[in-house]
Amino acid sequence: MKASPYLVLALVLTVCFTLATGMELRTGMKSNRAKSNNVFSVLLGDGRQLFANQFFTMADVYYHSGYYPSVFDLREEGPAEIVAESHGHTDSPEDELKEDFLGKPKDWIDRFGRHFRITEHTHLEHSNEREILPWLRLAAEMNPQKIDTYTVGSFFMRTHLNKPREAEAFLREGLRNNPNSYEILFELGRLYDENDHDIGRARDVWQLALRRWLQQDPKTQKENKLGFEEITDHLAQLERDAGNWQQAIYWFQAAQKVAPDPNALQQRIDEIKKKMAAQPSPTNSQP
Amino acid sequence: MNTIWALAGIVIKELYRRKDFYVLFVLTALITVAAGMVNFFDDPKIVRYVKDICMLLIWISALIIALVTTARQIPAERESRTIFPLLAKPVTRAQFILGKFFGCWLATGMALLVFYVFFAIITGSREQYWPWLTYLQAIWLQWAMLAVVIALSLLASIITAAPSSTTTICFIAVAGILLVGGHLNTVALHQPQPLQTIFYTIYFLIPHLEWFDIRDRVIYDWGLVDWLDCVLATLYATAYTGLFLLLTWLGFRRKSLNT
Repeated sequence: MKASPYLVLALVLTVCFTLATGMELRTGMKSNRAKSNNVFSVLLGDGRQLFANQFFTMADVYYHSGYYPSVFDLREEGPAEIVAESHGHTDSPEDELKEDFLGKPKDWIDRFGRHFRITEHTHLEHSNEREILPWLRLAAEMNPQKIDTYTVGSFFMRTHLNKPREAEAFLREGLRNNPNSYEILFELGRLYDENDHDIGRARDVWQLALRRWLQQDPKTQKENKLGFEEITDHLAQLERDAGNWQQAIYWFQAAQKVAPDPNALQQRIDEIKKKMAAQPSPTNSQP
Repeated sequence: MNTIWALAGIVIKELYRRKDFYVLFVLTALITVAAGMVNFFDDPKIVRYVKDICMLLIWISALIIALVTTARQIPAERESRTIFPLLAKPVTRAQFILGKFFGCWLATGMALLVFYVFFAIITGSREQYWPWLTYLQAIWLQWAMLAVVIALSLLASIITAAPSSTTTICFIAVAGILLVGGHLNTVALHQPQPLQTIFYTIYFLIPHLEWFDIRDRVIYDWGLVDWLDCVLATLYATAYTGLFLLLTWLGFRRKSLNT
Protein backbone atom coordinates (compact mmCIF):
# COMPACT_ATOMS: atom_id res chain seq x y z
CA MET A 1 0.00 0.00 0.00
CA LYS A 2 1.39 3.38 -0.95
CA ALA A 3 1.02 6.13 1.64
CA SER A 4 -0.18 9.52 0.48
CA PRO A 5 2.59 12.17 0.70
CA TYR A 6 0.14 14.52 2.42
CA LEU A 7 -0.46 11.93 5.11
CA VAL A 8 3.30 11.47 5.62
CA LEU A 9 3.75 15.23 5.80
CA ALA A 10 0.91 15.52 8.32
CA LEU A 11 2.47 12.74 10.39
CA VAL A 12 5.90 14.39 10.36
CA LEU A 13 4.38 17.74 11.33
CA THR A 14 2.46 16.11 14.18
CA VAL A 15 5.63 14.41 15.46
CA CYS A 16 7.53 17.72 15.24
CA PHE A 17 4.80 19.56 17.11
CA THR A 18 4.63 16.88 19.81
CA LEU A 19 8.41 16.88 20.27
CA ALA A 20 8.52 20.67 20.38
CA THR A 21 5.84 20.91 23.05
CA GLY A 22 7.50 18.10 25.00
CA MET A 23 10.87 19.85 24.90
CA GLU A 24 9.26 23.14 25.91
CA LEU A 25 7.67 21.43 28.90
CA ARG A 26 10.98 19.86 29.93
CA THR A 27 12.97 23.08 29.70
CA GLY A 28 10.18 24.87 31.55
CA MET A 29 10.34 22.35 34.36
CA LYS A 30 14.11 22.37 34.46
CA SER A 31 14.30 26.12 34.94
CA ASN A 32 12.96 27.59 38.14
CA ARG A 33 13.32 31.03 36.71
CA ALA A 34 10.31 33.12 35.99
CA LYS A 35 9.39 33.47 32.34
CA SER A 36 9.27 36.76 30.58
CA ASN A 37 6.67 37.25 27.91
CA ASN A 38 7.75 40.63 26.62
CA VAL A 39 7.69 41.56 22.96
CA PHE A 40 11.40 40.80 22.47
CA SER A 41 11.07 37.20 23.67
CA VAL A 42 8.18 36.69 21.26
CA LEU A 43 10.02 38.26 18.33
CA LEU A 44 13.57 37.03 18.88
CA GLY A 45 13.26 33.89 21.00
CA ASP A 46 16.58 32.86 22.55
CA GLY A 47 18.42 35.09 20.05
CA ARG A 48 17.60 38.04 22.31
CA GLN A 49 20.30 36.84 24.74
CA LEU A 50 22.93 37.77 22.16
CA PHE A 51 21.45 41.24 21.94
CA ALA A 52 21.32 41.43 25.72
CA ASN A 53 25.05 40.68 25.98
CA GLN A 54 25.78 43.25 23.29
CA PHE A 55 23.69 45.90 25.05
CA PHE A 56 25.39 45.12 28.35
CA THR A 57 28.76 45.56 26.62
CA MET A 58 27.48 48.86 25.21
CA ALA A 59 26.86 50.02 28.77
CA ASP A 60 30.53 49.28 29.51
CA VAL A 61 31.58 51.09 26.31
CA TYR A 62 29.61 54.16 27.41
CA TYR A 63 31.13 53.91 30.88
CA HIS A 64 34.54 54.23 29.20
CA SER A 65 33.32 57.06 26.93
CA GLY A 66 34.12 55.06 23.83
CA TYR A 67 37.60 53.83 24.84
CA TYR A 68 36.96 50.17 24.31
CA PRO A 69 38.74 47.31 22.54
CA SER A 70 37.30 45.94 19.34
CA VAL A 71 37.24 42.23 18.50
CA PHE A 72 40.62 42.74 16.83
CA ASP A 73 42.34 44.20 19.88
CA LEU A 74 44.03 41.96 22.38
CA ARG A 75 42.76 42.26 25.90
CA GLU A 76 42.73 39.99 28.88
CA GLU A 77 39.39 38.30 29.34
CA GLY A 78 37.53 39.29 32.45
CA PRO A 79 34.27 40.72 33.70
CA ALA A 80 33.09 44.06 32.35
CA GLU A 81 34.47 46.95 34.36
CA ILE A 82 31.01 48.14 35.33
CA VAL A 83 30.53 44.77 37.04
CA ALA A 84 33.90 45.05 38.81
CA GLU A 85 33.03 48.60 39.92
CA SER A 86 29.68 47.44 41.31
CA HIS A 87 31.65 44.95 43.46
CA GLY A 88 33.79 47.79 44.83
CA HIS A 89 36.84 47.18 42.63
CA THR A 90 38.87 50.23 41.63
CA ASP A 91 41.59 50.28 38.98
CA SER A 92 45.17 49.90 40.19
CA PRO A 93 48.09 51.14 38.02
CA GLU A 94 48.56 47.48 36.95
CA ASP A 95 44.95 47.32 35.80
CA GLU A 96 45.43 50.54 33.85
CA LEU A 97 48.40 48.95 32.06
CA LYS A 98 46.35 45.86 31.24
CA GLU A 99 43.62 48.03 29.76
CA ASP A 100 46.01 49.83 27.40
CA PHE A 101 44.89 47.58 24.58
CA LEU A 102 46.16 49.95 21.89
CA GLY A 103 49.84 49.61 22.72
CA LYS A 104 52.40 51.50 20.66
CA PRO A 105 51.39 52.55 17.12
CA LYS A 106 52.33 49.85 14.63
CA ASP A 107 52.85 52.12 11.61
CA TRP A 108 52.22 55.68 10.39
CA ILE A 109 48.60 54.91 9.44
CA ASP A 110 47.91 53.61 12.94
CA ARG A 111 49.75 56.58 14.51
CA PHE A 112 47.88 59.20 12.50
CA GLY A 113 44.54 57.39 12.86
CA ARG A 114 44.81 57.70 16.64
CA HIS A 115 44.51 61.48 16.35
CA PHE A 116 40.84 60.92 15.48
CA ARG A 117 40.09 58.10 17.90
CA ILE A 118 39.54 58.05 21.62
CA THR A 119 42.80 56.89 23.14
CA GLU A 120 42.37 57.81 26.78
CA HIS A 121 41.08 55.47 29.47
CA THR A 122 38.48 57.30 31.54
CA HIS A 123 35.31 56.45 33.44
CA LEU A 124 32.10 58.42 33.51
CA GLU A 125 31.72 60.63 36.55
CA HIS A 126 29.77 63.62 37.91
CA SER A 127 26.39 61.91 37.34
CA ASN A 128 27.20 61.23 33.70
CA GLU A 129 26.96 57.56 34.70
CA ARG A 130 23.29 57.96 33.78
CA GLU A 131 24.31 57.44 30.15
CA ILE A 132 24.79 53.71 30.69
CA LEU A 133 21.22 53.22 31.91
CA PRO A 134 19.42 52.92 28.54
CA TRP A 135 21.67 50.01 27.56
CA LEU A 136 21.08 48.26 30.88
CA ARG A 137 17.33 48.76 30.49
CA LEU A 138 17.49 47.25 27.00
CA ALA A 139 19.70 44.38 28.20
CA ALA A 140 17.13 43.62 30.91
CA GLU A 141 14.31 43.68 28.37
CA MET A 142 16.22 41.37 26.06
CA ASN A 143 17.33 38.92 28.70
CA PRO A 144 15.51 39.25 32.03
CA GLN A 145 17.64 36.39 33.37
CA LYS A 146 20.93 38.33 33.08
CA ILE A 147 21.44 39.15 36.74
CA ASP A 148 24.42 41.51 36.36
CA THR A 149 22.15 43.93 34.50
CA TYR A 150 20.03 44.53 37.59
CA THR A 151 22.86 44.65 40.13
CA VAL A 152 25.01 46.98 38.01
CA GLY A 153 22.06 49.24 37.15
CA SER A 154 21.01 49.46 40.76
CA PHE A 155 24.57 50.12 41.95
CA PHE A 156 25.03 53.10 39.64
CA MET A 157 21.57 54.49 40.31
CA ARG A 158 21.89 54.41 44.07
CA THR A 159 25.56 55.35 44.46
CA HIS A 160 26.15 57.84 41.62
CA LEU A 161 22.74 59.15 40.60
CA ASN A 162 20.90 59.43 43.91
CA LYS A 163 18.01 57.31 42.63
CA PRO A 164 17.51 54.67 45.34
CA ARG A 165 13.81 54.18 44.63
CA GLU A 166 14.40 53.58 40.91
CA ALA A 167 17.24 51.25 41.87
CA GLU A 168 14.96 49.33 44.21
CA ALA A 169 12.24 49.05 41.56
CA PHE A 170 14.82 47.71 39.07
CA LEU A 171 16.05 45.16 41.61
CA ARG A 172 12.50 44.10 42.44
CA GLU A 173 11.89 43.58 38.73
CA GLY A 174 15.06 41.48 38.59
CA LEU A 175 13.91 39.51 41.61
CA ARG A 176 10.54 38.77 39.98
CA ASN A 177 12.38 37.40 36.96
CA ASN A 178 15.05 35.61 39.05
CA PRO A 179 13.49 34.69 42.39
CA ASN A 180 16.47 32.57 43.44
CA SER A 181 19.17 35.15 42.78
CA TYR A 182 21.32 35.75 45.83
CA GLU A 183 23.17 38.50 43.91
CA ILE A 184 20.04 40.63 43.54
CA LEU A 185 19.11 40.06 47.17
CA PHE A 186 22.62 41.06 48.23
CA GLU A 187 22.41 44.28 46.20
CA LEU A 188 18.95 44.97 47.64
CA GLY A 189 20.43 44.56 51.12
CA ARG A 190 23.15 47.06 50.28
CA LEU A 191 20.50 49.53 49.15
CA TYR A 192 18.60 49.18 52.46
CA ASP A 193 21.83 49.40 54.45
CA GLU A 194 23.77 52.12 52.63
CA ASN A 195 20.99 54.29 51.25
CA ASP A 196 18.00 53.77 53.54
CA HIS A 197 20.07 52.97 56.69
CA ASP A 198 17.39 50.39 57.48
CA ILE A 199 19.60 47.75 59.07
CA GLY A 200 16.69 45.48 60.01
CA ARG A 201 15.58 45.05 56.40
CA ALA A 202 19.18 44.83 55.21
CA ARG A 203 19.87 42.02 57.69
CA ASP A 204 16.75 40.10 56.66
CA VAL A 205 17.50 40.42 52.95
CA TRP A 206 21.16 39.43 53.36
CA GLN A 207 20.20 36.41 55.44
CA LEU A 208 17.76 35.42 52.69
CA ALA A 209 20.56 35.97 50.14
CA LEU A 210 22.78 33.66 52.16
CA ARG A 211 20.07 30.99 52.23
CA ARG A 212 19.73 31.30 48.45
CA TRP A 213 23.50 30.96 48.11
CA LEU A 214 23.51 27.84 50.27
CA GLN A 215 20.69 26.32 48.19
CA GLN A 216 23.02 26.14 45.19
CA ASP A 217 24.65 22.84 44.32
CA PRO A 218 28.22 22.38 45.70
CA LYS A 219 29.86 22.92 42.32
CA THR A 220 28.14 26.29 41.82
CA GLN A 221 28.95 27.24 45.41
CA LYS A 222 32.61 26.55 44.70
CA GLU A 223 32.51 28.82 41.67
CA ASN A 224 30.69 31.64 43.49
CA LYS A 225 32.73 31.96 46.67
CA LEU A 226 32.92 35.71 46.21
CA GLY A 227 29.14 35.91 46.68
CA PHE A 228 29.37 34.11 50.04
CA GLU A 229 32.26 36.28 51.15
CA GLU A 230 30.45 39.50 50.22
CA ILE A 231 27.23 38.52 51.98
CA THR A 232 28.88 37.31 55.20
CA ASP A 233 31.33 40.24 55.26
CA HIS A 234 28.49 42.75 54.91
CA LEU A 235 26.44 40.95 57.55
CA ALA A 236 29.45 41.07 59.85
CA GLN A 237 29.97 44.80 59.28
CA LEU A 238 26.27 45.45 59.84
CA GLU A 239 26.31 43.58 63.16
CA ARG A 240 29.55 45.25 64.23
CA ASP A 241 28.12 48.71 63.54
CA ALA A 242 24.95 47.73 65.41
CA GLY A 243 27.04 46.66 68.39
CA ASN A 244 26.14 42.98 68.05
CA TRP A 245 29.71 41.86 68.43
CA GLN A 246 29.18 38.13 68.89
CA GLN A 247 27.23 37.98 65.68
CA ALA A 248 29.79 40.16 63.92
CA ILE A 249 32.55 37.73 64.93
CA TYR A 250 30.43 34.80 63.76
CA TRP A 251 29.96 36.32 60.29
CA PHE A 252 33.60 37.41 59.98
CA GLN A 253 34.64 33.86 60.82
CA ALA A 254 32.25 32.55 58.18
CA ALA A 255 33.73 34.97 55.62
CA GLN A 256 37.24 33.85 56.60
CA LYS A 257 36.52 30.36 55.22
CA VAL A 258 36.41 31.63 51.63
CA ALA A 259 38.27 34.97 51.82
CA PRO A 260 41.48 35.29 49.77
CA ASP A 261 43.05 37.21 52.69
CA PRO A 262 41.74 35.69 55.97
CA ASN A 263 44.33 37.60 58.01
CA ALA A 264 42.67 40.92 57.25
CA LEU A 265 39.40 39.55 58.59
CA GLN A 266 41.20 38.12 61.62
CA GLN A 267 42.43 41.64 62.41
CA ARG A 268 38.84 42.86 62.42
CA ILE A 269 37.83 40.01 64.70
CA ASP A 270 40.68 40.88 67.05
CA GLU A 271 39.59 44.52 67.08
CA ILE A 272 36.06 43.51 68.05
CA LYS A 273 37.38 41.22 70.76
CA LYS A 274 39.43 44.09 72.16
CA LYS A 275 36.34 46.29 72.24
CA MET A 276 34.35 43.52 73.88
CA ALA A 277 37.01 43.16 76.53
CA ALA A 278 37.02 46.91 77.17
CA GLN A 279 33.25 47.33 77.17
CA PRO A 280 31.05 44.24 77.28
CA SER A 281 28.26 44.34 74.71
CA PRO A 282 24.72 43.06 75.25
CA THR A 283 24.55 39.28 75.10
CA ASN A 284 24.05 38.04 71.60
CA SER A 285 23.03 34.59 70.64
CA GLN A 286 24.56 33.11 67.56
CA PRO A 287 22.30 33.38 64.50
CA MET B 1 34.78 75.54 -15.26
CA ASN B 2 31.28 76.83 -16.08
CA THR B 3 30.57 73.58 -17.89
CA ILE B 4 31.51 71.59 -14.81
CA TRP B 5 29.25 73.72 -12.57
CA ALA B 6 26.39 73.45 -15.06
CA LEU B 7 26.67 69.66 -15.02
CA ALA B 8 26.94 69.70 -11.23
CA GLY B 9 23.82 71.87 -11.00
CA ILE B 10 21.79 69.25 -12.85
CA VAL B 11 22.87 66.55 -10.40
CA ILE B 12 21.92 68.76 -7.43
CA LYS B 13 18.46 69.42 -8.93
CA GLU B 14 18.10 65.68 -9.43
CA LEU B 15 18.74 65.08 -5.72
CA TYR B 16 15.89 67.28 -4.53
CA ARG B 17 13.55 66.00 -7.22
CA ARG B 18 14.05 62.40 -6.21
CA LYS B 19 12.55 60.85 -3.07
CA ASP B 20 15.73 59.16 -1.72
CA PHE B 21 16.83 62.03 0.48
CA TYR B 22 13.35 62.78 1.84
CA VAL B 23 12.68 59.15 2.70
CA LEU B 24 16.01 58.74 4.47
CA PHE B 25 15.67 62.04 6.32
CA VAL B 26 12.14 61.28 7.51
CA LEU B 27 13.24 57.80 8.61
CA THR B 28 16.23 59.23 10.50
CA ALA B 29 14.06 61.89 12.11
CA LEU B 30 11.32 59.45 13.10
CA ILE B 31 13.69 56.89 14.61
CA THR B 32 15.69 59.56 16.45
CA VAL B 33 12.61 61.31 17.84
CA ALA B 34 11.05 57.99 18.84
CA ALA B 35 14.27 56.94 20.58
CA GLY B 36 14.49 60.31 22.29
CA MET B 37 10.97 59.98 23.68
CA VAL B 38 11.71 56.76 25.56
CA ASN B 39 11.83 57.30 29.30
CA PHE B 40 14.68 55.50 31.08
CA PHE B 41 14.37 55.49 34.87
CA ASP B 42 12.71 58.94 34.88
CA ASP B 43 15.94 60.66 33.85
CA PRO B 44 15.36 63.27 31.13
CA LYS B 45 19.08 64.15 30.94
CA ILE B 46 20.13 60.91 29.29
CA VAL B 47 21.18 61.91 25.78
CA ARG B 48 24.16 59.96 24.46
CA TYR B 49 22.18 57.00 23.16
CA VAL B 50 20.05 59.44 21.10
CA LYS B 51 23.23 61.01 19.69
CA ASP B 52 24.61 57.56 18.97
CA ILE B 53 21.51 56.40 17.10
CA CYS B 54 21.14 59.66 15.19
CA MET B 55 24.81 59.76 14.14
CA LEU B 56 24.69 56.15 12.98
CA LEU B 57 21.60 56.88 10.89
CA ILE B 58 23.24 59.99 9.45
CA TRP B 59 26.28 57.98 8.42
CA ILE B 60 24.21 55.22 6.83
CA SER B 61 21.88 57.69 5.09
CA ALA B 62 24.72 59.86 3.75
CA LEU B 63 26.49 56.78 2.45
CA ILE B 64 23.35 55.54 0.71
CA ILE B 65 22.62 58.96 -0.81
CA ALA B 66 26.20 59.32 -2.05
CA LEU B 67 26.38 55.83 -3.52
CA VAL B 68 22.90 55.68 -5.07
CA THR B 69 23.16 59.18 -6.55
CA THR B 70 26.62 58.57 -8.01
CA ALA B 71 26.13 55.02 -9.23
CA ARG B 72 23.27 55.92 -11.57
CA GLN B 73 24.81 59.07 -13.12
CA ILE B 74 26.79 57.65 -16.04
CA PRO B 75 24.59 54.57 -16.74
CA ALA B 76 21.45 56.77 -16.76
CA GLU B 77 23.01 59.22 -19.23
CA ARG B 78 24.03 56.32 -21.46
CA GLU B 79 20.71 54.53 -21.20
CA SER B 80 18.63 57.61 -22.02
CA ARG B 81 21.24 58.52 -24.68
CA THR B 82 21.44 62.10 -23.33
CA ILE B 83 25.19 61.60 -23.08
CA PHE B 84 25.59 62.07 -26.84
CA PRO B 85 24.20 65.63 -27.12
CA LEU B 86 25.98 66.42 -23.85
CA LEU B 87 29.39 65.39 -25.16
CA ALA B 88 28.68 67.14 -28.47
CA LYS B 89 28.20 70.57 -26.77
CA PRO B 90 31.32 70.46 -26.63
CA VAL B 91 31.89 68.95 -23.18
CA THR B 92 35.02 66.91 -22.76
CA ARG B 93 34.87 63.57 -21.02
CA ALA B 94 37.05 64.95 -18.22
CA GLN B 95 34.59 67.82 -17.67
CA PHE B 96 31.74 65.33 -17.73
CA ILE B 97 33.39 63.23 -15.01
CA LEU B 98 34.27 66.28 -12.91
CA GLY B 99 30.78 67.75 -13.34
CA LYS B 100 29.19 64.53 -12.18
CA PHE B 101 31.63 64.25 -9.28
CA PHE B 102 31.11 67.80 -8.01
CA GLY B 103 27.37 67.50 -8.50
CA CYS B 104 27.16 64.35 -6.40
CA TRP B 105 29.57 65.70 -3.81
CA LEU B 106 27.76 69.03 -3.38
CA ALA B 107 24.36 67.33 -3.34
CA THR B 108 25.56 64.95 -0.64
CA GLY B 109 27.06 67.88 1.26
CA MET B 110 23.71 69.68 1.23
CA ALA B 111 21.93 66.58 2.47
CA LEU B 112 24.59 66.19 5.16
CA LEU B 113 24.04 69.77 6.29
CA VAL B 114 20.31 69.18 6.74
CA PHE B 115 20.99 66.00 8.70
CA TYR B 116 23.51 67.74 11.00
CA VAL B 117 21.21 70.72 11.63
CA PHE B 118 18.54 68.23 12.71
CA PHE B 119 21.10 66.44 14.89
CA ALA B 120 22.21 69.69 16.52
CA ILE B 121 18.62 70.75 17.23
CA ILE B 122 17.60 67.41 18.72
CA THR B 123 20.65 66.91 20.93
CA GLY B 124 21.07 70.59 21.80
CA SER B 125 17.47 70.88 22.93
CA ARG B 126 18.05 67.93 25.26
CA GLU B 127 21.45 68.71 26.76
CA GLN B 128 21.51 72.51 26.25
CA TYR B 129 24.99 72.27 24.80
CA TRP B 130 26.02 73.26 21.27
CA PRO B 131 29.61 72.34 20.35
CA TRP B 132 29.41 73.94 16.90
CA LEU B 133 33.10 73.55 16.09
CA THR B 134 32.99 69.82 16.84
CA TYR B 135 29.95 69.50 14.58
CA LEU B 136 31.78 71.49 11.90
CA GLN B 137 34.74 69.13 12.07
CA ALA B 138 32.48 66.08 12.03
CA ILE B 139 30.56 67.26 8.99
CA TRP B 140 33.71 68.36 7.16
CA LEU B 141 35.54 65.09 7.73
CA GLN B 142 32.48 63.06 6.78
CA TRP B 143 32.08 65.14 3.62
CA ALA B 144 35.77 64.65 2.76
CA MET B 145 35.32 60.90 3.21
CA LEU B 146 32.25 60.99 0.97
CA ALA B 147 34.36 62.62 -1.76
CA VAL B 148 36.50 59.46 -1.83
CA VAL B 149 33.36 57.28 -1.80
CA ILE B 150 31.77 59.24 -4.65
CA ALA B 151 34.94 59.08 -6.75
CA LEU B 152 35.18 55.33 -6.07
CA SER B 153 31.54 54.89 -7.03
CA LEU B 154 32.08 56.82 -10.29
CA LEU B 155 35.01 54.54 -11.10
CA ALA B 156 32.93 51.45 -10.32
CA SER B 157 30.02 52.76 -12.41
CA ILE B 158 32.10 52.68 -15.60
CA ILE B 159 33.28 49.15 -14.86
CA THR B 160 30.14 47.36 -13.68
CA ALA B 161 27.03 46.72 -15.73
CA ALA B 162 24.25 48.21 -13.60
CA PRO B 163 23.86 50.92 -10.94
CA SER B 164 22.56 48.34 -8.47
CA SER B 165 25.74 46.27 -8.70
CA THR B 166 27.88 49.44 -8.41
CA THR B 167 25.98 50.49 -5.28
CA THR B 168 26.22 47.03 -3.70
CA ILE B 169 29.93 46.55 -4.44
CA CYS B 170 30.85 50.03 -3.25
CA PHE B 171 28.70 49.75 -0.13
CA ILE B 172 30.37 46.48 0.83
CA ALA B 173 33.83 47.91 0.10
CA VAL B 174 33.24 51.12 2.08
CA ALA B 175 31.57 49.31 5.00
CA GLY B 176 34.44 46.82 5.00
CA ILE B 177 37.04 49.60 5.12
CA LEU B 178 35.15 51.44 7.87
CA LEU B 179 34.76 48.34 10.01
CA VAL B 180 37.93 46.36 9.34
CA GLY B 181 40.31 48.65 7.43
CA GLY B 182 42.05 50.05 10.47
CA HIS B 183 42.59 46.59 11.98
CA LEU B 184 44.10 44.86 8.95
CA ASN B 185 47.61 45.44 10.31
CA THR B 186 46.69 43.69 13.56
CA VAL B 187 45.10 40.83 11.62
CA ALA B 188 48.16 40.61 9.32
CA LEU B 189 50.49 40.13 12.30
CA HIS B 190 48.80 36.84 13.16
CA GLN B 191 48.83 35.43 9.63
CA PRO B 192 51.44 33.17 8.04
CA GLN B 193 53.20 34.22 4.84
CA PRO B 194 52.15 35.02 2.14
CA LEU B 195 48.82 36.03 3.73
CA GLN B 196 50.64 38.51 5.95
CA THR B 197 52.12 40.33 2.97
CA ILE B 198 48.77 40.31 1.16
CA PHE B 199 46.97 41.76 4.20
CA TYR B 200 49.64 44.41 4.70
CA THR B 201 49.55 45.36 1.01
CA ILE B 202 45.78 45.81 1.20
CA TYR B 203 46.20 47.77 4.43
CA PHE B 204 48.59 50.24 2.85
CA LEU B 205 46.66 50.50 -0.43
CA ILE B 206 43.11 51.14 0.76
CA PRO B 207 41.93 54.62 1.68
CA HIS B 208 41.57 54.68 5.47
CA LEU B 209 38.07 56.05 5.64
CA GLU B 210 37.79 55.17 9.33
CA TRP B 211 39.95 58.21 10.15
CA PHE B 212 37.11 60.46 9.09
CA ASP B 213 34.64 58.85 11.46
CA ILE B 214 34.75 61.03 14.56
CA ARG B 215 31.28 60.05 15.76
CA ASP B 216 32.67 58.84 19.09
CA ARG B 217 34.24 62.24 19.73
CA VAL B 218 30.86 63.89 19.13
CA ILE B 219 28.82 61.36 21.11
CA TYR B 220 31.13 61.25 24.14
CA ASP B 221 31.97 64.98 24.08
CA TRP B 222 35.70 64.48 23.57
CA GLY B 223 36.17 67.86 21.95
CA LEU B 224 38.01 68.94 18.84
CA VAL B 225 40.51 67.09 16.71
CA ASP B 226 43.68 69.10 16.06
CA TRP B 227 43.01 71.38 13.07
CA LEU B 228 46.32 70.39 11.47
CA ASP B 229 45.21 66.75 11.56
CA CYS B 230 41.96 67.78 9.87
CA VAL B 231 43.94 69.51 7.11
CA LEU B 232 46.21 66.47 6.65
CA ALA B 233 43.21 64.13 6.54
CA THR B 234 41.60 66.40 3.95
CA LEU B 235 44.76 66.26 1.82
CA TYR B 236 44.74 62.47 2.15
CA ALA B 237 41.11 62.32 1.00
CA THR B 238 41.90 64.72 -1.87
CA ALA B 239 44.75 62.47 -3.03
CA TYR B 240 42.55 59.36 -3.12
CA THR B 241 39.67 61.26 -4.72
CA GLY B 242 42.04 62.56 -7.40
CA LEU B 243 43.41 59.07 -7.99
CA PHE B 244 39.96 57.52 -8.41
CA LEU B 245 38.80 60.35 -10.67
CA LEU B 246 41.93 59.95 -12.80
CA LEU B 247 41.29 56.22 -13.12
CA THR B 248 37.65 56.95 -13.98
CA TRP B 249 38.71 59.38 -16.68
CA LEU B 250 41.29 56.93 -18.06
CA GLY B 251 38.63 54.23 -18.23
CA PHE B 252 35.90 56.50 -19.56
CA ARG B 253 37.80 58.36 -22.27
CA ARG B 254 38.17 55.24 -24.44
CA LYS B 255 34.89 53.64 -23.44
CA SER B 256 32.28 53.00 -26.09
CA LEU B 257 29.11 54.88 -25.12
CA ASN B 258 26.70 52.71 -27.05
CA THR B 259 24.54 50.59 -24.77
